[in-house]
This record gives sequence, structure tokens and C-alpha cells, in this order.
Amino acid sequence: MRMTDNNKDNKLEEQLEKKISRRNFIQGTGLTVGGFIIGGSIGAFINPNLEESTEKVETVTEQPEPAEPKEMPDYTEAMQFFTRKEDFEALAAATEVIFPEDDLGPGAIGLGAPYFIDKQLAGPWGSNVDDYRVRPFTNGQTPLSRGDIMLQGVRKLNEISQERHDDTFNALAEEDQIALLQEFESGDIKMSLVTSGEFFALLRQLTLEGCYCDPLYGGNKNMEGWKMKEFPGAYMSYIDVVESKEFVKKEPISLSDHM
Amino acid sequence: MAKKLDKVDVVTVGVGWMGGIVAAELTKAGFNVVGLDKGKEKNLKDYLHTHDELRYTHRGGGTQSLKSESYTVRNTLDDEAVPIRDQGMAVVGEGVGGGGSHWGAQTHRYYPYDFEIRSKTIEKYGEDKIPENMTLQDWGITYDELEPHFDMFEQMAGISGEPDPNYPERSNPYPNPPLKKNEGIRMFEKVVKEMGYKPFMIPTGTVSQAYTNPDGEKLNACQYCAFCTPNYCEYGAKADPVVTVIPTAQKTGKFNLRTHAKVIRVLHENGKATGVLYQDTRTGEEFEQPADLVVLTSFVFNNVRLLLLSEIGEPYNPETGTGVIGKNFTDHHFGTSTTGLFDDQKFNNYATTGAYGMSFTDYTGDLFDHSNLNFLHGGEIEIRFSGNAPIATNLTSPDTPQWGKEFKKQSLFYHNRALSLVSQKATLPYKDYYLDLDPTYKDENGDPLIRITWDYSENDMEIHKFIQAKQIEILEKMGATHILPAPAAEHFSGGLAYQHNGGGAIMGVDSSNSAVNKYLQMWDMDNLFVCGASAFPHFGVTNPTTTAAALTYHATEGMIKYLKEGAGALV
Repeated sequence: MRMTDNNKDNKLEEQLEKKISRRNFIQGTGLTVGGFIIGGSIGAFINPNLEESTEKVETVTEQPEPAEPKEMPDYTEAMQFFTRKEDFEALAAATEVIFPEDDLGPGAIGLGAPYFIDKQLAGPWGSNVDDYRVRPFTNGQTPLSRGDIMLQGVRKLNEISQERHDDTFNALAEEDQIALLQEFESGDIKMSLVTSGEFFALLRQLTLEGCYCDPLYGGNKNMEGWKMKEFPGAYMSYIDVVESKEFVKKEPISLSDHM
Repeated sequence: MAKKLDKVDVVTVGVGWMGGIVAAELTKAGFNVVGLDKGKEKNLKDYLHTHDELRYTHRGGGTQSLKSESYTVRNTLDDEAVPIRDQGMAVVGEGVGGGGSHWGAQTHRYYPYDFEIRSKTIEKYGEDKIPENMTLQDWGITYDELEPHFDMFEQMAGISGEPDPNYPERSNPYPNPPLKKNEGIRMFEKVVKEMGYKPFMIPTGTVSQAYTNPDGEKLNACQYCAFCTPNYCEYGAKADPVVTVIPTAQKTGKFNLRTHAKVIRVLHENGKATGVLYQDTRTGEEFEQPADLVVLTSFVFNNVRLLLLSEIGEPYNPETGTGVIGKNFTDHHFGTSTTGLFDDQKFNNYATTGAYGMSFTDYTGDLFDHSNLNFLHGGEIEIRFSGNAPIATNLTSPDTPQWGKEFKKQSLFYHNRALSLVSQKATLPYKDYYLDLDPTYKDENGDPLIRITWDYSENDMEIHKFIQAKQIEILEKMGATHILPAPAAEHFSGGLAYQHNGGGAIMGVDSSNSAVNKYLQMWDMDNLFVCGASAFPHFGVTNPTTTAAALTYHATEGMIKYLKEGAGALV
């Protein structure tokens, strides 16, 4: 994230504008608000251009760029779940094969998917806290947590890469990486208490989540995933767009805009 | 030892749509109602940051945790059932409002044929048309009897829509006009009208304009923000028990809502319910809540499970076909869909609501001749916009790998170049398909989980083939570059996407083949009512809530009569 004082001031001004249009919105709907929608930050929710024309919707969401943005380090980019860097590197390389950088835009690594995955696995979902975990596990159901599956899977990627190519997965030629992931996908690689096909499905799902989730989770950095897909994110209203015959392209906004 | 509380007039088990309707109607009639819900309290303040695909679609935010309880599934009587373990696969509403908070709010009525399906089928085609193992039954109520109650639900929920030209006239118009039409809808409408069908905008509880319902509850106008299901509506623009019937009940001062209160038994003595035993899910403390009337208003699985655990009614036996509790279970998650990709046209598919689209019903019920068809009933066909969620939606032309360079390129290209046709189909009941208690898997209290025995039938597969051929024809006429018919799964996996399940405590005309009468009153226990889609003897074509709610409104009239006039069966 780049945030200069200049940009902060602009943000403040925007917030103020939004608070004003919130009142317009509520009046426009004919609703008495008394106690109905509560919460101090609601102003940030309302598309400031709710009552304006479609063309205008497109233009106003452009964020003013600071004159000379300073690069800030991203202190969230470190490991919460993985303990060995080589495991994380295999994971990162695999996500990039699934969703590679190209002339359309960044790949999984550029979008932050590997760090996103690390954070997801470190949380309750990674240890299946809300799942039914009572034994026995029969008929091919795995007793492993999502974290266990991912850890075993990425180590297996490195293990086979070492056996066949005498190198780690991230160092392999692209075609070898693709061929190996295809073997995992087809379920041909022997794993313990889970199939390689299940591991691959989880890896693919997590990669796509890391490319397209709200940036609040650490993936879809700078909403670049949404920009490539022309998905506008977390707007509160499209009532002015819905009937348009032409496609209306909108710069995306994220949930941080709602705070 | 459970702590015994003071007796009340009515206790409801679960406070979603059905519990909320019972609470509103019974408190308005002057009775004291206690609503017990095992989930958490929530209100509009919880809905404000809901535009989050990861949290709600993929991580089950807003659905029940399976940590302490799940359900098990098998396809045939000979299989060993396995539990559904992944919370993301089991969409069961959680907390006050239940599924009614995260539903898509599609609100068709069931058709006249549905309520008298056995008689009408025999009348037209003879008894031989019904396969031997299909346990098709009349509901014990007619469409005409239920019509005013459909209307009550629609007025309460502010339904926006226009009449389906294929079905009977309504006593009142929908309270709000239909939603606006987008370009995809306009294209669909033109083509299907040319083909001779009679399309109409899907009726929905995401309301088209600001609305105040007969109880004085206000709904806002839908903004087409697309985060409708499985999310919540931050505008209060979606009919939800939390913004309609629950506040209505609370305003009377006669409704006592308790959360984190999991009912573990219906208590009964000498053929009468005496109350319920419930547990505070946080402390494990147990309470006995005595009541004159006990109303089960939770999801299908829990309604049936509580009857079985409490030993009320005769459990269904799939070998002999005798008994009633668990009978005629139906799952309704087998949607038939086909997607068209349009290389030269982009659509604003990110702008939508939960049930946004246009439908026609020319292939439902007995509107078309089944003489030479090897299935009964049918399905509607709709163009539906589910919002282009970017994690879940990755469309490519046929035979493209599902990851890697070409996948990325195509899934980006087609993201806004697709239109989908979806069909909901009727699901008819079979002798072998039912609910009972699982012999192996238990909840955290040591009580057995509910077990589903169910699979797709030949009837399901035949409707699927018939309907998908029509979908393909429509997309061809609409000019799609590529057409992607979604293949049918071979077997039911047990995953739920939108809580369309029915049966298990079905309604009917006598106690030999149904659990409840037309007032949803247990034949075997006249002060116990079981409300919701658990009463459906079969699953009609469309979403269950409107019909379940209409039956519940009808049932509340029976409850009030029962409380005022004293003991006895209502029919």
C-alpha cells in the first residue's frame, strides 16, 4: 500500500463527500431512517454517484495518484503457517503455474496468492475448526486438515522434483512443472491419507481465491485480479447500470472502502 | 437436572421464516411465544460489510458450523452413510433469521397440480403412469384453500413480480412491480416469446421499491449490488425474518427470543407435548420450557430429527413402506443449467440480485402432455444472473484446461461474456428414499445424526435431458458462440447449496401415510405442529419458501383455533 499525506487528505475529502450523498440516498428511497440502518460508517457504503448518470459513475471512481509514491515494505509478507521456506517456495511456484503472469497482468505470485494461502492455512479454516471431525473416517474421507494436506502436498512436489530432476520444484523448467502438476491433478502421485487429486483441487481453489478475494485477506493485491476480470468489487449499488445495453466498466473498490 | 421455567402459551423451535411467522401471528393474536434458536442473535448492523465472496460463498459465513453436529448421506439402503464434514458443503442457515437471511428470495408459488398430484395424474393418465416405487401423494389441501395464505406471505414480504400467465389468477396483485430488465433478460424475452413461451419476471423478495408491509415493517429498494445470496442485505431490501416478522412479534411485547438455545427433545406425556428440553450451547446448562403448544419451525433435518429423538410418531420403514416419520424425503439441488458464451457481446452481469431473471413455466406440472414422455411433472426455464463472483466464475470455451496460461486468458475474456439458463425441476418421492437416525455418527451430546438415504431418480434424469435440450435451443437462437451444457452428476453427493430439502414429516389426509394434517398438526399429538418444507409430500418445481410459508400461515390459524377452543384435532 502506498499512502502519502497528500493521498490521506484526498481520502478524507472523499469520505466527507460520501457522507453527504448518503443523506441524498436515504431521502431518495423514501425511507425514514430512524433506527433502521444504524452504524456510524454507513456513509462510506454508498456509491457517491447513486443519483447521477451512468457515464459519470465510470469516471468518478478514479483514485487520485500521489505525485511521487514512496514504496513501503509489506510487513504482512512472512510465514504464519509454513515453517520451511522451501515449502513456501514450492507453493508459490505451483500457484504461478496455475495462474501465470502474462501480458494481461500479474500472476498468482504478483497478486499475493502464496501469502494469502499461508494466512488461510494458519487460521481456523486451515485446521477445519467448523467442520465435522468425528471418527471414523471411511469411504475415502480424509482425516487430514487442510493445512496437513497442503503441507504434505508441497513437500511431495519438492520430493519428486528432487528425485526426477535433482532440484526443487520452483527451480524446474516450466514444462516440467506443468507436467508434474498434471500428474498430481490426475491422482497418480501416491500421498498419505489423501489423494494427490484432492491436494491439487485444494491448491487450485486456494490459488483462485488468492487471485480474486477481497484484498483484505492479503490476495488480489491492489485489486489487480478484479481489474483483469473487469469485476468491480464491493460497490453498494448498480441501480444506474443494470438496464444499460452497453457494458459499463467500473474501477473496482474493496471492502476497505466501507470502513 | 434441567431447570424448569415458567409455562408459556407457545414455544417455537428455531426462529427463521417459519418460527418468525408463527411468532408474529400468535403474538398478534395475544399469545405469549418463546422462540428458541440454537444460533446467534443478529440484525441489520451485522449485514453492513457483507460484500465478501470468500467469507460468505466459500467459507460458510452465515451458515451453521458443523463442529458439533452434521448429517450423514448414502445413496441406497445397502450403502454405509458418511457424514458431511466440510462446512462449505452444508448450507444450513444459522442464527436468528436462519436461511431466510441469506436466501436468494425467489418466491414462486407451487402449482395447483402439486397439491393434488396423485389424483390429477391418475385422472389424466391412469394409475399405471405412476411408477410402482414412486410414493406420490396428495397433500390434503388444495391450491384454492391455500391461495389467501400465499397472498399473506407475499404482502408481508413485499414480493416484486408479475403474474405467471400459465397459472391461476391471484386474489391480489403482487405488492410491488417486477425488477428492472437488463440486456440479457431482454434478449431472452424476445427469443422465448418468438418460440411461443410465456415468460415473466421472476417474483422475488428483493423488493423493487421502498415498501411498508401490512405489519408496518419497512423494506428498502433493491440496489442490484449482487451480494444477495449467500450474503445478507445491508439495505434491508431483501425480505428477511430479521427485518419483517421478528420485529413484528417483538413489537407486541409478547415474544421472548432466546439465542444459543438448542432444543434437544420435545417432552411429552400421555400423547400430549408438555414442552421442550433445551441446552445453552455455550454452558451446556439444560432448561425445560413448558408450553401449551409446541411448534417445530427449524430446517427439515432438525424437525425430523427431533421427532425421531423424542420418539413421536412411527418411524418410516423403507422395506415395508409403513410408518411416517422420515418418509418422502426429497433433495432439490439438481438444477439443470446451460451457459452460453458470446464472443462479441459483454454484459453487466456484476449487477444483479439473488433471484434476478426471467422464467417460463410451459414445461411444468401437467401443462404439457406427458402421454409419450417417461417422466412426470417437469421444470421451469429461467435466465438467471448470479453476479459473476470472480472466485467461483471461471468460464472457458469447451475443452480448455482448467488452469494455466490458456485458462487464465479465456476465463478473463469470458468473464463478462456469458449468459446462463437455469432450470429448477420437480423432485418426486420414492419408497427407498427417506430420513432416519444414523447408527454410527453422533453430535457432541451423543445423540445420533440424521441420515439421508437418497439419490437421483430416473424421473430426475429424464426431466434433465428434456429441459436441457430446450435450454440449448434457446441459447442457439440467442446467438451464443459456445454453448456449455452442465453435465448431470451421477449420484447425489450430499452437498447442499441452497437449503432446498423437503419431506420427512409430510402432510396428508390420514395418519396412515402422513405425519401431519393440513394444519401441520401432528396426527399423533394434537398440541404439536411441525412447520416448513418437512411437510412437503414431494418437491415442486420451484423454491420452497413461499409454499412452506403459506402452509405455515394456514397452520397459525389452526394454532389460534386450538388455543382458543381447546384440545382436539383440527380436521
